[in-house]
Amino acid sequence: MFIAPASSRRDFLKSGALIVGFAILGLPSSGPAAATEPAKPLALDQVDSFLAINSDGTATIYSGKVELGTGVLTAITQIAAEELDLPLDRVNVIQGDTALTPDQGPTWGSLSIQVGGMQIRHAAATARQALLRMAAKKLGAKPDQLVIADGVIRPELGGAEVSYAELVGGKRFLLELDKKAPTKRPSAYSIVGRPIARLDIPGKVTGQFTYVQDVRMAGMVHGRVVRPSGVGASLESVDESSIKDIPGIVKIVREQNFLGVVAETEWAAIKASQQLKATWSNWEGLPDETKLWEWVRGSTIDKDLVTSNKGNVTDALSQAAKKLSATYDFTIHTHGSIGPSCAVAEITNGKLTCWTPSQDTHRLRPALANMLAMPVEDVRCIYVEGSGCYGRNGHEDATADAALMARAVGRPVRVQWMRGDEHGWDPKGPPTLIDLHGGLDASGNVTAWQSEFFIPNGDAGTVPLLAAKLAKLPYAALTSPGNITRDSDIPYGIANVRTTCHLLDRTPLRPSWIRTPGRMQNTFANESFMDELAAAAGADPLQFRLRYLDDPRGIELLRRLARLAGWETRPSPNRNAGSGDIATGRGLSYVKYELVRTYIGAVAEVEVDRKSGKIRVPRFFVVHDCGQIINPDGVRNQIEGNVIMTVSRTLFERVTFDRSRVTSLDWASYPILTFPDVPTVVSDLIDRPDEPPWGVGEPTGAVVPGAISNAVFDAVGARLRSVPFHPDKVKAALQPM
Amino acid sequence: MSQSIALNVNGNAVAVSVDDPAMPLLYALRNDLALHGPRFGCGLGQCGACTVLLDGKAVRSCITPISSVANRRVVTLEGLGTPAEPHPLQQAFIEEQAAQCGYCINGMIMRAAALLAEKEKPSEAHIKAVLARNLCRCGTHQRIIRAIQRAASGM
Repeated sequence: MFIAPASSRRDFLKSGALIVGFAILGLPSSGPAAATEPAKPLALDQVDSFLAINSDGTATIYSGKVELGTGVLTAITQIAAEELDLPLDRVNVIQGDTALTPDQGPTWGSLSIQVGGMQIRHAAATARQALLRMAAKKLGAKPDQLVIADGVIRPELGGAEVSYAELVGGKRFLLELDKKAPTKRPSAYSIVGRPIARLDIPGKVTGQFTYVQDVRMAGMVHGRVVRPSGVGASLESVDESSIKDIPGIVKIVREQNFLGVVAETEWAAIKASQQLKATWSNWEGLPDETKLWEWVRGSTIDKDLVTSNKGNVTDALSQAAKKLSATYDFTIHTHGSIGPSCAVAEITNGKLTCWTPSQDTHRLRPALANMLAMPVEDVRCIYVEGSGCYGRNGHEDATADAALMARAVGRPVRVQWMRGDEHGWDPKGPPTLIDLHGGLDASGNVTAWQSEFFIPNGDAGTVPLLAAKLAKLPYAALTSPGNITRDSDIPYGIANVRTTCHLLDRTPLRPSWIRTPGRMQNTFANESFMDELAAAAGADPLQFRLRYLDDPRGIELLRRLARLAGWETRPSPNRNAGSGDIATGRGLSYVKYELVRTYIGAVAEVEVDRKSGKIRVPRFFVVHDCGQIINPDGVRNQIEGNVIMTVSRTLFERVTFDRSRVTSLDWASYPILTFPDVPTVVSDLIDRPDEPPWGVGEPTGAVVPGAISNAVFDAVGARLRSVPFHPDKVKAALQPM
Repeated sequence: MSQSIALNVNGNAVAVSVDDPAMPLLYALRNDLALHGPRFGCGLGQCGACTVLLDGKAVRSCITPISSVANRRVVTLEGLGTPAEPHPLQQAFIEEQAAQCGYCINGMIMRAAALLAEKEKPSEAHIKAVLARNLCRCGTHQRIIRAIQRAASGM
């Protein structure tokens, strides 16, 4: 699909029109606003930042949160339509355009509904009250005598009516967002809480949907990157003659260690990037992968963060009747989007416009401005959905690659990474090492819990742009693994607890967040170790957890989980696991996400092949309480997806590297779960319509590795403490001590 | 030296001008013919996102040289149906809500279309075996299986 040149779009913007980006998103135009209207605001305290009533009676929602494949677009449409009393098909959503949508924060951390959706709900509720006031004035009635249906306001007892379009169509509200504006009672909902079919699926299954990979522009050329032979290698020379037989080469773009090729056709760019002869310095700065955990443990601690501390753990451990210690580790993972990162960039009249699948256009914008030494107001990032992203993958980097090459050639440039670029160079989920110590009294009660997490220092928000780093252009030199200290503390009422994160000065590969960052690794260790303590106490794992829970929602959830999974109350391991090659078991895991929101409990059923060491997970049960449910089928889809993705991460996935670079550069060297190994996921949703809605996309992943580890212990009495659970590790664990 | 290659795509005779007859079919479909259905995933024939039907068989267009398909019948996701008139498989994927990001779904539907043309009512195990080399990262697998079974039961 073609897009009009950016200059004409900017003219529209200047005249106050809003016809931007609609063409590529396939959404109808909101129509031009009156020339006297002020520019569309973006501030979070203005109703007009979030929504507009158009002259045709439709509403346009401006969402800073974007559809990454999780169903957020549909859910946000539901929330807005419900609160505005409009039918779904009269609400359109514009997403992630730095010129049009407010900065609601990155689309991460399962906050799109919980935070972003609620901002839109409040904006819509404020608008609804304003519309009632306007209608009251026009109709000579009191606001509380009026009712709304499908965007038309009329007196409850009959009489003249007035539509939203007549009241404010094409005009601004010029109104501050009122967080206390009354929202609809959940008992009156007709759209929220229902399994509305996703708005994007018909287009996606018929080839009508426009992904960022499908964006084409007049005059556009194709760029491909040529990555260094080592993470920190320097470019010594380029033999330009090595691609002279390929027709249509526009330019070899070389800036310091950034190397790319731009060509008239995509295939020429691909061939040229593969054929171009470049010489790189020898760089071997990565650690020896076979000694990764020694390397992590040997890293310098920048600082310690104590995430919980109560009682006296040291004394309690020394007085314990039984002490347990264990070390857990969780390997490096890649995001592994099926479609590689891609973006289109153009620079016209000194202004950069990017069409990008970034989860965070509002922070990508200043990063690009910084890299190119441009004023931030001259950069615009427009979100276009890519392949599922699961966190900060290569999308931002591909956008920076496109911007750098667009600057070099003076034409719109589309950059799509090759599979090896994606697997090799997207930022990775960092390795995590965890030491745990627990103490039990003579009756088998937990008296002490101490844990230490060895993880890279840094927060979340800014991952350095690869292009800026390679080209030696300005970038924020931060390490941003993504708030991975969360869920290092535990949801259980144990008397003496100390949980400490050792924040390390190094990690092998550029880190970022991948779905359930830190919370997955930390919960894996916590919930597996809780199981170790239960086994040491000879207790049923579910009953054992209930002893330490006083949270009624957590307790209800575990009881429902027992029913859903047909939980048999007994200690692990299972004495009837089967005597042949295949042993069966079940394992439990529980989390209250970040200890403040969504509750999840899970039971994994496993089959362990004692001979081959292969694990299968035929069934996986989840009970899920995220408060108010916006779209139950959307929630189930996310639960199923997160279980399957995390079973894959737990059983199969590991980034490999030599001393220079990542070596798992395709799906053969980085295998993921395939159809024959897919578990049946059974979910039970606890809906609490009167509670706030919490996050859904991430939390379920936290309980998956622990549930599988515990199920394997149940089956064969061996404890798996190192993700992934490759067959060689299983066989090693099965060896008699 | 560019050359013209005649193709039959979704029932239409078209000609594509290429510099390199070894260029994979995928690039002609996406760039010359502006089709969105077949997608680049790996360029290695490992993931299946680029799948099209070639004379009724599912092939990976990212590793199929364009010179090898001249005048053979190519069908893409667009050739099966539209949102207004979806193919039974597309309808079933909508009814089962069998997509998340949807990037892999082209390959799932095209491979399933070839399967159902050969076998009317495949078992779940058979569907899983046939799709073993089609990758999905979002974890939509069980909905995809249900959608294929739904389409098979209605076709």
